[in-house]
Amino acid sequence: MTEAPGPLLELCDLRKSYETTDAVSGVSLAIARGEFVALVGASGSGKSTLLKTVNRLVEPTSGTVRFDGEPIANLPLAALRHRIGYVFQSIGLFPHMTVSENIAIGPRLVGEKLAARRVEELLELVDLDPAMGARMPDELSGGQRQRIGVARALANEPQVLLMDEPFGALDPVTRDALGNRVRALHEKLGLTSVMVTHDMAEALLLADRVLVMEDGEIVADEVPRALLGGAGGAIAQGLVAVPRAQANRLAELAR
Amino acid sequence: MSDIGTILLGLGDKLAAHVLLSAAAIALGIAVALPLAIWASRSPAVARATLGFASLVQTIPALALLALFFPILLSLRAVFGEGLPTLGFLPALLALSLYALLPILRNAVTAQTNLDPGVIEAADGVGMTFWQRLRLVEAPLSAPYIMAGIRTAAVWTIGAATLSTTIGQPSLGDPIFAGLQTQNWVLVLAGCLASAGLALVTDALLGTIEKGLASRRRRLTFGALGAVLIGILAALFVQFGGGKDERIVIGAKGFSEQYILARLIGQRLETEGYAVDYRDGLGSAVAHRAVATGAIDILVDYTGTIWTNEMGRSDNPDRDTMLAEIAEWEARTSGTHVLGRLGFENAYGLAMQREVAHFGMFNDIGDLAARGQAMTIGGDPEFFERPEWEAVRNAYGLRFAAQRNFSPTFMYNALKSGEADVIGAYTSDGRIAADDLVFLDDPERAFPNYDAIILLSPEASEDEGIVVALSPLVGAIDVAAMREANLSVDRGEDKLTFEEAARRLAERIGL
Ligand SMILES: Nc1ncnc2c1ncn2[C@@H]1O[C@H](COP(=O)(O)OP(=O)(O)OP(=O)(O)O)[C@@H](O)[C@H]1O
Ligand SMILES: [Mg+2]
Repeated sequence: MTEAPGPLLELCDLRKSYETTDAVSGVSLAIARGEFVALVGASGSGKSTLLKTVNRLVEPTSGTVRFDGEPIANLPLAALRHRIGYVFQSIGLFPHMTVSENIAIGPRLVGEKLAARRVEELLELVDLDPAMGARMPDELSGGQRQRIGVARALANEPQVLLMDEPFGALDPVTRDALGNRVRALHEKLGLTSVMVTHDMAEALLLADRVLVMEDGEIVADEVPRALLGGAGGAIAQGLVAVPRAQANRLAELAR
Repeated sequence: MSDIGTILLGLGDKLAAHVLLSAAAIALGIAVALPLAIWASRSPAVARATLGFASLVQTIPALALLALFFPILLSLRAVFGEGLPTLGFLPALLALSLYALLPILRNAVTAQTNLDPGVIEAADGVGMTFWQRLRLVEAPLSAPYIMAGIRTAAVWTIGAATLSTTIGQPSLGDPIFAGLQTQNWVLVLAGCLASAGLALVTDALLGTIEKGLASRRRRLTFGALGAVLIGILAALFVQFGGGKDERIVIGAKGFSEQYILARLIGQRLETEGYAVDYRDGLGSAVAHRAVATGAIDILVDYTGTIWTNEMGRSDNPDRDTMLAEIAEWEARTSGTHVLGRLGFENAYGLAMQREVAHFGMFNDIGDLAARGQAMTIGGDPEFFERPEWEAVRNAYGLRFAAQRNFSPTFMYNALKSGEADVIGAYTSDGRIAADDLVFLDDPERAFPNYDAIILLSPEASEDEGIVVALSPLVGAIDVAAMREANLSVDRGEDKLTFEEAARRLAERIGL
C-alpha cells in the first residue's frame, strides 16, 4: 500500500459545523506526496479548522480524511499525530519547559531522548542561536517563539508538516529567509507540507499549489503560474491583485 | 498552675497526634479531591455537583460534622462488622477530610479551567495521550494553584482538628477543652499557641513548596517537602516509636471531677507499673459507648446517667437495685464490668443562690413550679437534652420564662450575675459550697441516683492487675472529699493541676 501512487492526504466531502456556523462546508481535496501546498483565505474562512481535521484536533461533522490511503479515524491517535508535524497559529509552547524541552517533547512522548546535538541543529535550522535552548518561552520574542514552534514540529521527523500561519509575527526579512528555509527543508526531508497564510505573495513564491478558501469552501485550486495568468475565479484574482499592484508600483518607483 | 513553658513541653504527645491526624486528613482530602477535579474539568455537570457538595459540607459546623460521624459509623457497622471504630481517629479523619475537600477541589478545578487552551491544544497536537497530557502539562501548570488550595486546607484542618477531642481523639484540643472546663486560661493558651504555631509552620512550609513549584525551583520544593515529611515521621515516631502500645486508656467526660478521677485512677495504675493514657473531654454518650466497645479501658460514670440515657428507663428504684440492674445490663449487652461505687453521688439537682432561695422561700422544686414562671433556668448543653430533665419537668409541671445553655463553668457565673436564676447543677461540684448555693429538694424523686461508679471495658475487666489496683477506690471517696478536690481546680486563684488535685485526693482518702 505504501508504494501505491495514490495521494498521501485525501479529504472527502469534509464538513465541520458549529451551532451557528459551518466552518468547513464540503471540502474534497487530494494532496500528493512531496507537494508544498499553500492555503490562503480571509480571516474566518475555515483554514485552521480544515487543517486541524487532518490530525484530528477537530473531529469533522461528516466526511473522511485518509492518510496514506487509511481513514484517519482508524489510526491510533497518538501515532497519527507523531507522523504529522503541526505548527499552531497560537504557537502553544509549554510555558513550564525550556526551549530544548519544548523541541524534544515529541520524541520524549515515545520514550526517545532527543540528542542535544539534534536540538541545536533544529534551532539553527530556524535561524536561532543554539544557546537559546536553555531559556524559558516567556524569555523569547513572539517571532522567536514561532520559530521554536516550527522546530518542535520537525523534531519527530514527520512525513507531513502542517503549518498554521507559521510566520505571522516575523519581520519581513526573517520571514522571507525562514520561508525559503522551510521550503528547502521540505525538499531535503521529502516532506509533504501544507501552509496556511494570509499573504498571497508568500503563497505564490513558496508553494507548488495554492488553495483559496472562502466561507468554508475551496474556491480555487491552482498552480502559482496559472493564478498569475488569471485563473481561479474572482476571489482568487482579488487576492492576487494585491501583490501584483504592489509589485507594479514598486517597479514604477524604481524606474 | 505551672508556667506555660512547662505545659507546652508536656504537649509532645498531643502535638504528635495532632500532626498525624491533620496530615492523614489532608492526604485523604487530596486523594479524593484531585481525581474529582480531573473529572470535573472534563464535565461541567460534575464540577457543579462536586463543588456544590463540598461547599455544603463547609456550611456544617466542624463540631457537628465530627459528632455526626458517630451515628454514621455506628450504622455502618451493619456492613463492616463490630470492629469498625466509631470514636477516635477514624471519625475525626473522615470529618476533617471532608472539610479539607473544598479548598483543594476548588483550586484544582479553577486551575484546570484556567489553563491556556492553546497550550492544551498543542499538548494534544504533539501526540500526548490523556495521561501524558495530565502528567507533563496539566499537573505541572496547575501545581502551584493546587498547592495553594492544600495550604488553605492544611490551616483549616489543623484548626478544626482541636475539636476532635470531643469524639475521643487526642489532639491539641485536649488542653484547650480541659482549660476551658476549669477556667484555666494558661492551659487554654498553651493549646492555642501550640495549634496556631503548628498551623503557621505548616503554612510557611507549604507556602515554600508553592513558591518552589511556581518558580520551578526544585531545590526549594523538595527541601520544604522534605521538612514536612520529617515532621510527619517525627510524629509517627513519638506515637508508635517507644513500643508503648500496651497503654491503658482512661476516659474522662468534659468536667473537672472526671479529669481528676481519671488522674487518680491513672496514678494508681502507674504505681503498679502500667503505662496509661488519658482520653479527655468526651461527650457523655460518647464516653459510655467508648468503654463498652473497648475504645477506652476505664471510665467513671454515674448510675442515673446510664439508667436513663443508656437503658432508657424512667422508673426510679432504690440505689442498690439500680446498681445491680445496671451491672447485669452492662455485662449482658457489652461485657462491660461495673467495678463498684466510688462512694459519692454526683446528682443533677436544681440549685439557687442561698439568699434568693431563702428570700423567695423556695425549698423544693414544687415551689419553683408554683412561683418560678418568670425565672430563667440555666444548664449545660447536655442538661436540657437529657431524659432526666424531661422527667423533672413533667413531674412538677415546671415552666420558666427562658432557658439558657452555658458551659458548666460559666453556668455558675451566670447564677452570680443574675443571667440565670436557677441552674441544673451537680451535687459534688466544689462551687456549691464555695458559691453558697442550695439544692432544692426533690420530694417526687424525679431525679434518679447518680452514684459514681467505675466501669471497666470487657478487655480491661479481665486484667487482674487493674482490678486489684482499683478495688481500694471502691467506697473510698465521700462527697466532701470530692467537692474539695473539684474546687481546688475550679477556683479562680491557686488552681491545682488535675494531677496535683488527684494526688491530694489520694492523700486525703488515705491511699
Ligand atoms: N470551537 C468553535 N466553536 C464555534 N465556532 C468556531 C469554533 N472554531 C471556529 N469557529 C468558527 O468557524 C469559522 C472558521 O474558523 P477558523 O478558525 O477555521 O478560521 P480561519 O480561516 O483559520 O481564520 P483566521 O485566519 O482568522 O485564523 C469561524 O467563523 C469561527 O468563528
Ligand atoms: Mg486560523
